[in-house]
Amino acid sequence: MSTVEAATPAPEVPRPARSSSMGDRARKARKALSNPWASTLAVVIAILWTIPTIGLLITSFRPELDVRRSGWWTVFGDALAGEGVFSLRNYETALFGGSTDLATYFVNSFVVTLPAVFIPVTVALLAAYGFAWVDFKGRDFLFIAVFALQIVPIQITLVPLLTAYVDLGVNGTFWAIWLSHSAFALPLATFLLHNFMKDIPASLVEAARMDGAGHVQVFFRVVLPLLTPALAAFGIFQFLWVWNDLLVALIMGKPDTFPLTVRVAELAGSRGGDWHVLSAGAFISMIVPLIVFLSLQRYFVRGLLAGSVKG
Amino acid sequence: MDWLLHAGDDPGHKLLLMLVGIALFVALMGIILFVVDRPRNPPRWFVGFGFTGAALLLLLLGLVYPAVRTIVNSFMNRNSTGFIGLDNYVRAFTEPQFLLVLGNTALWVLVAPIVATFAGLAYAYLVDKSRFEALAKGLVFLPMAISMVGASIIWKFVYEFKPAGVDQTGLLNQFIVWLGGEPQQFLLSRPLNTFLIMVVFIWIQAGFAMTLLSASIKAIPDDIIEAARLDGVSGLGMFWRITIPSIRPALVVVLTTIAMTTLKTFDIVRTMTAGQYGTSIVALEFYDQRFRQGDAGLSAALAVLLFVIVIPVIIYNVRQQRLSEEVR
Repeated sequence: MSTVEAATPAPEVPRPARSSSMGDRARKARKALSNPWASTLAVVIAILWTIPTIGLLITSFRPELDVRRSGWWTVFGDALAGEGVFSLRNYETALFGGSTDLATYFVNSFVVTLPAVFIPVTVALLAAYGFAWVDFKGRDFLFIAVFALQIVPIQITLVPLLTAYVDLGVNGTFWAIWLSHSAFALPLATFLLHNFMKDIPASLVEAARMDGAGHVQVFFRVVLPLLTPALAAFGIFQFLWVWNDLLVALIMGKPDTFPLTVRVAELAGSRGGDWHVLSAGAFISMIVPLIVFLSLQRYFVRGLLAGSVKG
Repeated sequence: MDWLLHAGDDPGHKLLLMLVGIALFVALMGIILFVVDRPRNPPRWFVGFGFTGAALLLLLLGLVYPAVRTIVNSFMNRNSTGFIGLDNYVRAFTEPQFLLVLGNTALWVLVAPIVATFAGLAYAYLVDKSRFEALAKGLVFLPMAISMVGASIIWKFVYEFKPAGVDQTGLLNQFIVWLGGEPQQFLLSRPLNTFLIMVVFIWIQAGFAMTLLSASIKAIPDDIIEAARLDGVSGLGMFWRITIPSIRPALVVVLTTIAMTTLKTFDIVRTMTAGQYGTSIVALEFYDQRFRQGDAGLSAALAVLLFVIVIPVIIYNVRQQRLSEEVR
């Protein structure tokens, strides 16, 4: 196993010290109070960072004429004068209007994403167990090969893969998209889950094996329950990746299977001036990742910290 | 069979198909595990490949084989019917149209990762131990959650242009007008447009850099900082002489990871300008050559170039990591 460790350019990205003692925390609190300038500046920058998003969000609630005639920042003055008008009209148009029909693409995004998260996570989980705890010939070599595949840019694989799907008659189906996303996710997923799996004490696994449990039993009874946080971390990572993906969906899909990203990008090209529809469309495509992100940020960050370890 | 392949535009059918897809997959995995568990004393290779086989097969068919095919196709003509040697590469490196694309890509790889990493680092340092740290970091990190398409639309709106004399609706032009200037068509003028498109990428990636670097800044042992402070190091001296050297390995990882993301990013340029006005980059040109110009050979050559450019970045990363391992 040592060869793998040596060839793995995996720095330990240190995690935040979670177990700081009480005295530590008090000291930090004092430091925090002692530098109000840095705090103020940090908050101001954070707000500046968010302004472009806020601008589009406000726009998405404004009537079409207002959007064409004046900047979104004028709503604050209008609101003070009691003139501001907000409505969900744009969202209605974007979701159900005949020329945009984002509701359909919303369904597509779900249908594309869920299997494209579930399949690679499961396959990678089994593979990670195999690489971590089953001692078979060629294991180290194969693991390094899987790890090394992370560097392959997906662009280099897309066209021949599409040709293969055409030959098989599955091009433009959800199956083609699910399989593509699954293959692309595997190197990172296997590597990450393998690292988490190696953190499980070997004595635990060996004890279960001594008791006569087969590998399948060990996998389900010992390893899987301990791996839930890692699964959550990678699952969210993959969910955001697939939901936000444009390239694979565009090349492997057809209008029947296009997710929101493809449709919204299309709108940006064909109706680039219709900001009332475009702004609402953009937020319709962002709402799910934002909810996932805001509610599960902790796991996402953990996945990111582990994921950036890739070479 | 047709029911399984094509759902048409019936949402109920699509959702059902999704459940069928997942169920079929679960059944497949169940069968594999059942077979692996079956023998009393299975040989090790049998168990090993039982667990890893599905992944290896998927990788072989979904990554290795297509990548090799692309490399082969890059030496073939536009229909992949005849061998033409290095012609596609020669074209990519001589025709002005592609030289511009390569130049833009080089600019992206040199500028975007460094600015994004530095912005993330500066912010991580600033926000460390400040009040509202969690909230401020959350806001800067938020762009990571949304799609690059969404981010591009957000920024396209910031750069929106209306002729002088009419009320501006884009924030940047409004600022210029407030300051007494003429509104600009930002996305049309080269080379400014490439930098303005990069801003979108940096806006997204700075949050990533910040999150990782913030974690490593927090992991610097307190006694090192205390010792430096007793020696009279403070302010910027602390930043350059203590913080930077302590988090060097993480800096390298962040920089190279963002550099690799930069190379592969195609969504932003496509959504902002569709590669027009001299903004195209290799990751987008690869797509345009194949799906708009119909030149499979040139498209393949560009995809291979993308891979080739990644390699030095990775070698740098590996060497830096080896160095820091030795120091440790």
